[in-house]
Amino acid sequence: MSDVKLNKGFLDFVYDFYKGMKEHEITLAYEGEINHQIMKTFTSLAEGNMSKNDESEMLQKKVYHVMVECLQNISKHAVHPEDETDLEYNRGIFLISRNNKVYNVTTGNVIKKERTSYLTELLDHVNSLNKEELNVLYKKQLREGHLSEKGGAGLGFIDIRRKTGEELLFKFLPLSDTHAFFLLTSTIPRNF
Amino acid sequence: MDNLILDEMDDSPKVKFSHENGKLEMSGKSLPEDVSTFYQPILDWLTEYSEAPAGETEFTFKLTYFNTASSKLILDILSILEKMKDDGKKVAVKWYYPEYDEDMRDAGQEYSEMVDVPFEHFSYNP
Repeated sequence: MSDVKLNKGFLDFVYDFYKGMKEHEITLAYEGEINHQIMKTFTSLAEGNMSKNDESEMLQKKVYHVMVECLQNISKHAVHPEDETDLEYNRGIFLISRNNKVYNVTTGNVIKKERTSYLTELLDHVNSLNKEELNVLYKKQLREGHLSEKGGAGLGFIDIRRKTGEELLFKFLPLSDTHAFFLLTSTIPRNF
Repeated sequence: MDNLILDEMDDSPKVKFSHENGKLEMSGKSLPEDVSTFYQPILDWLTEYSEAPAGETEFTFKLTYFNTASSKLILDILSILEKMKDDGKKVAVKWYYPEYDEDMRDAGQEYSEMVDVPFEHFSYNP
């Protein structure tokens, strides 16, 4: 009998989940492993949907770019919430929402707590700059920055910020003494 | 030396480098899983080529997309071309961008300001 109750509760949850997605105008939601193959699948899915919705090629391109950068960030930087030796732990959540003004690309993943201050500083700094300052920083980082072991060039946030013109929205939620959940939303205006 | 030919994939560009006539071209998308592994043979080929290049070298970029990790490697390619020019070789870059794509246009502009190599910019209807 308890199974039946569980199922009913579960179905109620699914309905609430569905309503929540409608309410927040979420068109794609995913939780799980994020690797290169999955990144390619989502980007081509989103391209297909946007093209069906007659979005401009430039908007499609910007949303595509933000998705690539955010998903590659997770596949390169996500860590396991408990076992730090598991370097292949590339899980996270990924959401796309849209309304008549903007597209939002949101990612969430587990990071080591010690990275929160670095990320906060970096994102606050990137958010504080105007277009010209962002271009200068991008070029400086392009010239002087080195590819990390995992292939990141430290350019993703700067480039998203300057190509969308919008500030990056972010939040860290504590998970344990050592880990935190990092949420990031990039907004792409439909008319720029 | 051999020419370098790489087929276009859904995440990596087509590469067509011809040693004899000095026409080097990259086209398509660049967001490979591992940028260093993908670009290393390209940089190696260019470094060898730069020691005994054709009379004139024309590098054509006709990319429709590249991610930020690739942007660093594209600058590495341009730096090799810049060094060739400094060594007195004849080098030119042609940067093609889709006509709707202001970001690719700006990227070409930005690169042309970062390296001292003759740059020409062209929009095309993809």
